[in-house]
Amino acid sequence: MLSIVEKDLGTPESESAQLVTLTIDGQDITVPAGTSVMRAAALTDVKIPKLCATDQLEAFGSCRLCLVQIEGMKGLPASCTTPVAAGMKVTTQNKQLADVRRGVMELYISDHPLDCLTCPANGHCELQDMAGVVGLREVRYGYEGANHLVAEKDTSNPYFTFDASKCIVCSRCVRACDERQGTLALTIQGRGFDSSVAASQNVSFMDSECVSCGACVQACPTATLSENTLIEKGQAEHSITTTCAYCGVGCSFRAEMKGEEVVRMVPNMDGHANHGHSCVKGRFAIGYATHADRIVKPMIRSKISDPWREVSWEEAIGYAASELKRIQAKYGRDSIGGITSSRCSNEETYLVQKLIRAGFGNNNVDTCARVCHSPTGYGLKNTLGESAGTQNFDSVMKADVIFVIGANPTDGHPVFASQMKRRLRQGAKLIVADPRSIDLVRSPHIVAEHHLKLRPGTNVALINSLAHVIVTEGLVQEDFVRERCEMPSFEKWRNFVSHESNSPEAMQEITGVPASEVRGAARLFAGGGNGAIYYGLGVTEHSQGSTMVMGIANLAMATGNVGREGVGVNPLRGQNNVQGSCDMGSFPHEFPGYRHVSDDTVRHLFEGAWGVPLQNEPGLRIPNMFEAALDGEFKGLYIEGEDIAQSDPNTQHVTAALTSMECIIVQDLFLNESAKFAHVFLPGSSFLEKDGTFTNAERRISRVRKVMKPKSGYADWEITQLLSNAVGYPMNYTHPSQIMDEIARLTPTFTGVSYDRIDELESIQWPCNAEHPEGTPTMHIGEFVRGKGKFLVTEYVPTEEKVNARYPLILTTGRILSQYNVGAQTRRTENNRWHDEDRLEIHPHDAEERGIAEGDWVGIASRAGDTVLRASVTERVQPGVVYTTFHFPESGANVITTDNSDWATNCPEYKVTAVQATRVSQPSEWQKRFREFSETQETLLKSADVMFVAK
Amino acid sequence: MSGNDHGGAEHLVKMANDIGHFFRAEPLREDAVAGIANHISRYWTKRMREKLNAHLAHDGDTGLEDLPREALRRLNASQAPAAQPGAH
Ligand code: SF4
Ligand code: SF4
Ligand code: SF4
Ligand code: FES
Repeated sequence: MLSIVEKDLGTPESESAQLVTLTIDGQDITVPAGTSVMRAAALTDVKIPKLCATDQLEAFGSCRLCLVQIEGMKGLPASCTTPVAAGMKVTTQNKQLADVRRGVMELYISDHPLDCLTCPANGHCELQDMAGVVGLREVRYGYEGANHLVAEKDTSNPYFTFDASKCIVCSRCVRACDERQGTLALTIQGRGFDSSVAASQNVSFMDSECVSCGACVQACPTATLSENTLIEKGQAEHSITTTCAYCGVGCSFRAEMKGEEVVRMVPNMDGHANHGHSCVKGRFAIGYATHADRIVKPMIRSKISDPWREVSWEEAIGYAASELKRIQAKYGRDSIGGITSSRCSNEETYLVQKLIRAGFGNNNVDTCARVCHSPTGYGLKNTLGESAGTQNFDSVMKADVIFVIGANPTDGHPVFASQMKRRLRQGAKLIVADPRSIDLVRSPHIVAEHHLKLRPGTNVALINSLAHVIVTEGLVQEDFVRERCEMPSFEKWRNFVSHESNSPEAMQEITGVPASEVRGAARLFAGGGNGAIYYGLGVTEHSQGSTMVMGIANLAMATGNVGREGVGVNPLRGQNNVQGSCDMGSFPHEFPGYRHVSDDTVRHLFEGAWGVPLQNEPGLRIPNMFEAALDGEFKGLYIEGEDIAQSDPNTQHVTAALTSMECIIVQDLFLNESAKFAHVFLPGSSFLEKDGTFTNAERRISRVRKVMKPKSGYADWEITQLLSNAVGYPMNYTHPSQIMDEIARLTPTFTGVSYDRIDELESIQWPCNAEHPEGTPTMHIGEFVRGKGKFLVTEYVPTEEKVNARYPLILTTGRILSQYNVGAQTRRTENNRWHDEDRLEIHPHDAEERGIAEGDWVGIASRAGDTVLRASVTERVQPGVVYTTFHFPESGANVITTDNSDWATNCPEYKVTAVQATRVSQPSEWQKRFREFSETQETLLKSADVMFVAK
Repeated sequence: MSGNDHGGAEHLVKMANDIGHFFRAEPLREDAVAGIANHISRYWTKRMREKLNAHLAHDGDTGLEDLPREALRRLNASQAPAAQPGAH
C-alpha cells in the first residue's frame, strides 16, 4: 500500500527532453514525450480510474479499468499503456466509459470479500476507492459460484501477511519484485480464473527466494499484502519524512505515525537515494527502538565489578565530568579522549569532536570509520583530491561496465544493489573481484563476465596486473591523462605498472586469478564504454587498504573514467553516516572538511569560532588509544554510539585496554559489549527520537526528523552538550539546525547547507556552496578537486599475516542482508529469523579433510585467539579460505582477527587472518569467559533496577 | 613516564616499517624518506614519535628499517612538529 501522503500518477516519469502538447477533457497540457495518457491526466488533476498501474512500475495494461476515448483511435485504449502524442484529444469520462468500467469493477468485486469495515486497508484501499469512483452500486454475480474467498493466509514472513482471498491478480507485486527489487521471487501461476500469486516454487514467502524488501507490499493496491504492524495498529494519521539509520545507502522513508507510535515505514518515492525502494532492515527492522533491553536512565559505578546504580542526569553528567577532570589533572591533558560513531548524525559527531578538541583540549578523537573506510579518505584525497565518492547512485544507470571490488551490494547495500541489477539487466557488463562467489556473480538474468576470484590479501597485486594490461596494450585514455593529470606522476606510475613483475602472468601465482581472466577484464573495463568502480570493505580492510584505494583511483584516471555520469570511483559506505562522520572532523588529525590540524589558517578559524586555543598536533587513533591505555597513559574515554569491544579486532587486546582505564563513559541505546567495561552509562536516543542529518555514500545530506520524544529525556546532541558544559566548555545550542549552521560557517564544502535548504531540495550532495548552490552530484568535472589528478605508485606488499602449517587457512569476514554491523539493533528484531548465528563457511574439500560436516561445531584458532562457530559447508568459498560474519558478540569473530592494519590509516586487516579449523565439541575458552563475564554484567545491571522502555 | 614500558614501541616500529614499505616504491630514495617523514608528522602524535625515539635510544637492534629510520632522523633534526599540507 502506498504511503498515505503520496499521490500515484499511474506510470513512471518519462526522461525525454522533448515536449508534447495534448488535450485531456478539453484542457491543454504539455508533458515530456513518452509520458502515458494516464500520467498526463493525473498531472492536470484528472483522475482516470486504475488498478494495475502505479507510478512505481512500468505500465502493464491488464485490468482495463483505465480505458479512455481518443479522437481518431479505434476502440477504447488503456490510458496507462498509451503514450501521449502531439495534438491528441482525450476524453476520460462519458457514459460508455463509465459502463465499461463499472462492468470491470463488478467482476473484481464479485470475487472479493466484502469485509471492508474490518479490513486493514479500509480507507486506503485502491479497490475500494475504484468501486466508489466508478459508482458501483450492485454486483450481479453472487458468491455462489467458484471463488477465492476461503484461500488461506500466508503468515510465514514475520513482517507482512499475504491474504490470498483479497487478491485481484493485478500482478503489481510480481512486477515490483522483478523491476524494483530484482529478486524475481513471485510469479502469477495458473491461467484465467485459476491464476494466483505464488512465491518461488509455490512455497511460503519465508521459504522462497524472497528477501523481505517489502516492495510487493508497497505496490499492492489491496490488503492482500499488508504490513503486520498496519494490521495490528490500523491506518496512520500523519507522516514524517526521515532517513534510514542503517546502511550507507541512506534511504528516505516516510514514518507513518499514529501519535508517537510508528505504524509503518514506507520508502519515500521522492527519496533521491532510493526512489521509493527499501530493504528489510530499513522498512521493517525498527523494533529495537522500543525493545525492552533499552536502557533509558543514566547509571554510574566506580568499578566495573560494581553493580550499576541508577542516578539522575545531573549526577551522571557531574560524575562523568569530575572523573574526566580528575584524570586530566593526574595524568595530563592527553590522557582522555573520545570516539564517535558512523551511526550518529553529523551534528552529534561534530559536537563530540568539538567537545574533545575545545573542551578536553586535545585531538584524541576518532570514529569507527577508522575500522572501515579510513583508507578511502586517505587514498582518494591523495589521488583525486577529495575524501569521498565521485558520483550519485543514479549514475550507475549510465554505466556500461560495472566493476565491483570487495563489496557485496546485495547484502550490504541492498537498495543500491537493486538499482545496479536493473542496469545490469539492461545490458551493462559486470566484473566482480571477490574471493567469494557473492550473489551478484550469478543472479536472475545477470552473469558476471569475469569473476576474478582472488586470494584474500592480494588486491594490490590484482589491480597492478589490471593496470599492466591497460598500459602495455595501449588502452590508456592518453588525452584525458594529458589534460587532467600530473604527467610526471603518470610517467612514474606507467613505468612501474608496465614492469614485467606486474603482468597478470607474473601475478597469477600470487592472486590465484588466471592471467587470461585478468587480461579479459582489463580490456573490457578499459574499452567497454563508461566504466564505473564500486568497492567496499574488501578493499579497505587490508594491510594495503589505502594502497588499493589509490590503485583504484589510478585505474579510473588512466581509463578516463572520472568526471562525468556513468563512471567514477564509488566507495560503498557500510554504515549510515560513515561519510558524514568523516566529513565532520572526527579523525584525530583533521578538522571538519578534511583540513589538517597543523594548518594554521584553518586552526585559527576554529580557535576564533570556538574561543579556545587548539592543539596543532594530531591526536590518537583508536588503536593507538588502546596502546596508550595499556602503557598507562590513556585513562578516560567518552564513546558515543560505538561498540569497540565487539567491532574492533583482537578483542582480548581491546578488552585488556578497556579494563586498564579509569573512566569509560558509554552513550548508547543498550548495554553493549563496551558498556560492560564502562563506569558511566548515558542512555542515548534512536534515530526516531531526534533531529539531525546523515550523509550517505553519495555525499548526500538528508534530514533525520524527530517523530517521537527521546525515551531517555534527551537527544544525543543534548547529552554531549550537558557533558561539555559540565567539563567547563559552554555550549548553548537549542536545536541541531544551529549546529549545522555553525558547520556551514566553518566548512567551505558546506557553506550552502542549512536545514531550510535541505527542506527545499529534499537532500543535498556536498560540496554545496556559492559555486554549487544545489550541491554536486558528480565530482571532478573538468578538473580534479586537487587540480591535476595524481597517480601514485602502488607496490604489492604481501601481508605479514601468512598461512603456514599451523594456520593453513585464510579467514575473511563479511556481512549479511538481515543483520547490521555488531547487530545491536537487528538482533533485537525479527530479522533473526533469517540469521540467528554467525557461521563459518568452509569449502567441502577443506571440511572433508578435517572431518567437518554441515552444522558441526568448529574451533577456529589464529595467532590472536580462538573461538567456536558452526560450520556451513559451501562452494561459495574457495578451498583454503573460510568466511564468517560478525553480527553476534558471542561468536567472537574478532577474538581471532589480529592487530595487523593498513599502513596509512591503521584500518584493521579484518579480511585476512591465518587460521586453523578443527571439529570440536565445546565452546572455546574465550567464549566460556565471555559468557561468564556477560552474565555477571547482566546481573550487575539488573541489581540497578534502572530503565526499560514500557512498550 | 617511561617511554617504552609495556613494549608498545614495538608496534610503533612495525607501523613505521609498514609506512616505509609503501614509500620504498618511490624511484628516488629522497622522495621515499620525505614521504615517510611527512606521513609520520601528519598522523602520529608527538608522544608516539617520542616513544619510538626513546626505544631507538635504548635498544640497539630495534628492527626499524633503513628508510623509516632515516625519516625519523630527519624529523628529529627538523623539529618541525607540523607537516606540509597537501603532500601525502
Ligand atoms: S497480491 Fe496485491 S499486488 Fe499482487 S496480484 Fe494480488 S492484489 Fe495485485
Ligand atoms: S518482499 Fe521483496 S523480495 Fe519478497 S516477494 Fe516482495 S518484492 Fe519480492
Ligand atoms: S538499503 Fe540501507 S538505507 Fe536503505 S533501507 Fe536498507 S538498510 Fe536502510
Ligand atoms: S490501469 Fe491501465 S490497464 Fe490497469
